[in-house]
Amino acid sequence: MTDEAKTELAPLNPAYITTTRIASALGLLPFLIGTGVLEAAQLLTPGSFIVPALILYFYIAFVVPKRKYKYWGYAMGTDRLRIVRGYMFFRDTVVPFGRIQHIDVEQGPIDRRYDLAKLTVHTAGNHNSTVSLPGLLHADALAMRETIRAAIRRDML
Amino acid sequence: MNTPEPQNPFASSEDERPISGATPHGVSSSLDTNGGGIEEDGQHLHISGLLVGFVTGLPQLVFPIIAAVFGIRASSNPILIPAIIAIVLFFSLFFRWLAWMRFRYHVGEHDIRIESGILSRNARSIPYERIQDVSIEQKPLARIMGLGEVKFETGGGDGDDAKLSFVSMADAENLRELVRARKSGVAVAVDQEEADEAVNAPPIFAMNGKRVFTLGLYSFSLVIFAILGGVAQQFDALLPFDLWDVGAWIGIAEERGITIDRISDIEMTARVIFAAIALVSLLFVGFASGVIRTTLKEHGFRLDRTDKGFRRRRGLLTLTDVVMPAHRVQAAVILTGPIRKRRGWHALKFVSLAQDSKQESNYVAAPFATLFEIWPIAAAASIEAPDEHVPFRKGDGRWWVPYLFFAALILSGPVISLGVFTEAALARTVNIYWLLVPWAFVLWFNRRNYRDAIDEGQLYVRRGWWQQQMKIAPQVKVQTVEIVQGPIARRQGLAALHFGIAGGTLEMIALPLATAQAIRDAVMEQVAAVDYSAINKMG
Repeated sequence: MTDEAKTELAPLNPAYITTTRIASALGLLPFLIGTGVLEAAQLLTPGSFIVPALILYFYIAFVVPKRKYKYWGYAMGTDRLRIVRGYMFFRDTVVPFGRIQHIDVEQGPIDRRYDLAKLTVHTAGNHNSTVSLPGLLHADALAMRETIRAAIRRDML
Repeated sequence: MNTPEPQNPFASSEDERPISGATPHGVSSSLDTNGGGIEEDGQHLHISGLLVGFVTGLPQLVFPIIAAVFGIRASSNPILIPAIIAIVLFFSLFFRWLAWMRFRYHVGEHDIRIESGILSRNARSIPYERIQDVSIEQKPLARIMGLGEVKFETGGGDGDDAKLSFVSMADAENLRELVRARKSGVAVAVDQEEADEAVNAPPIFAMNGKRVFTLGLYSFSLVIFAILGGVAQQFDALLPFDLWDVGAWIGIAEERGITIDRISDIEMTARVIFAAIALVSLLFVGFASGVIRTTLKEHGFRLDRTDKGFRRRRGLLTLTDVVMPAHRVQAAVILTGPIRKRRGWHALKFVSLAQDSKQESNYVAAPFATLFEIWPIAAAASIEAPDEHVPFRKGDGRWWVPYLFFAALILSGPVISLGVFTEAALARTVNIYWLLVPWAFVLWFNRRNYRDAIDEGQLYVRRGWWQQQMKIAPQVKVQTVEIVQGPIARRQGLAALHFGIAGGTLEMIALPLATAQAIRDAVMEQVAAVDYSAINKMG
């Protein structure tokens, strides 16, 4: 990416770091409990399960979300939505409004606490037929939906 | 397409007309088009639908009930089993009711909105312009209760379109009429098209018996032996002897006076003759099975270009007759192989959302034809042959290098473990790396056969050697464009481009990043200018 292209991308809401942290912390809890059980069984020297597991747990649940967040970005153009994500596996997707079939705004229980929402646009393509943009303020997501919908309608005239 | 957007009082009055008499909250007078919050003024589905869903969902409850009963069978209390069943049924009904309570649909001025979800709320908006078809389905029970399931088909990717199950039939009909009215003009045109059909026009492509036979010869296949082997393996328990016991076979041969010694005694010429006979019969079976299979499928192949689109008829025993609207064609694929290419034979397939058959993802427009015959068919679907000025680009060679290293890495596993655990001589285990040579050949072939190109209107990608295929997609039919870079490609400054095509994929690989961005921008210029449903209506 050129620097110029990078600057025009809008970042996600910072609260997204918190929500992904909570989500992955909860999601990985069974894994942590499992290693706790192994540890309690005293198969190897004390700490040989729980210490690496804890390190990995904190890395995935607390370091990774922040790092991932940095590589997310989006840009709403007049006729297209651009979504950029991924450091290791970089993906830069452009969806023209004229190709969008329908639009979802989704809010999970964690999202709702932080007033975030996920915008998903569906196209007819097979590659990337659904493209999602999480970590938006709920009001922003709704506004984006309306913009896209209005653009679709304008195209039809 | 030139109908003015219904901003007039008539339209808004129609909006406020409740679909059925009973709307719980009444439709709010101001339609919330400014995107403020989740509207609470939508309508619930028909309450009787709850019962229909509950009854049709009963079979799914059988297993939980059995599990629950099984879990408490030790208990001697006879009341417990009916109680468990009642609790399971109650919970099922309760959650269905909860889902029903939290499900609302709203018929707006520009779109239909559906809000659903007990805990996670999902608000879906389906613009009228995007609705291809409204289908109403009535299963027996729903029919008794006068209900219908309304599906709004948008032609979206994976069939997760919007569904209202269930509303009363009157509402269902109203909804369908409403959507048709919103899309005015389009539906009428389709009806007129259906009225007249050119029956006697010559086909744009047909195959006579000789052509089908030739295709059969190219479809040489020894699959029949695999099938026979599979059948034998399935039923060998029924056979009076053990099919796979080679020793027993030798025994039988020896009983008849044939021994290894005597086989060795047979003259050289005789052995050659035997081998030749075996080979010829093998070839015969291979060709014959190819011809038979092909004839069954392709006999009487005929492709017509009617007003409705492409109409294909073929088959010997099972006749099929499939119509595909020409505007549904999203891309063309031209296939050939190294042998049939020598005589100029190619196949043409169309990529589309393919609602005709589950087995064949693409619509076969011409299974066996020369390019001279193929280009006119493609042109009938508005896909042009690349002219000689189109600059076909080779892939950047560095793209394939990591694949060689991956393979080396994978082979290192056995090499190291052999060295460590069996203490085999390093010089010998290293011989495993010779496997990289054929792999390098494969990669080299892939690189040699890869070409991509872009011109004013279309995208081209050519790949493969044994199965050579050239995909041609009009740029306006592209749905999404994505630049993809893995960790290694990123360091090399290379990228792949994934184009979303309805019903298919198109991938350009081994592009320098700047080229990828340039292609993306060029395609987006074409794409963003045209609305998808608008091009789909151009015949």
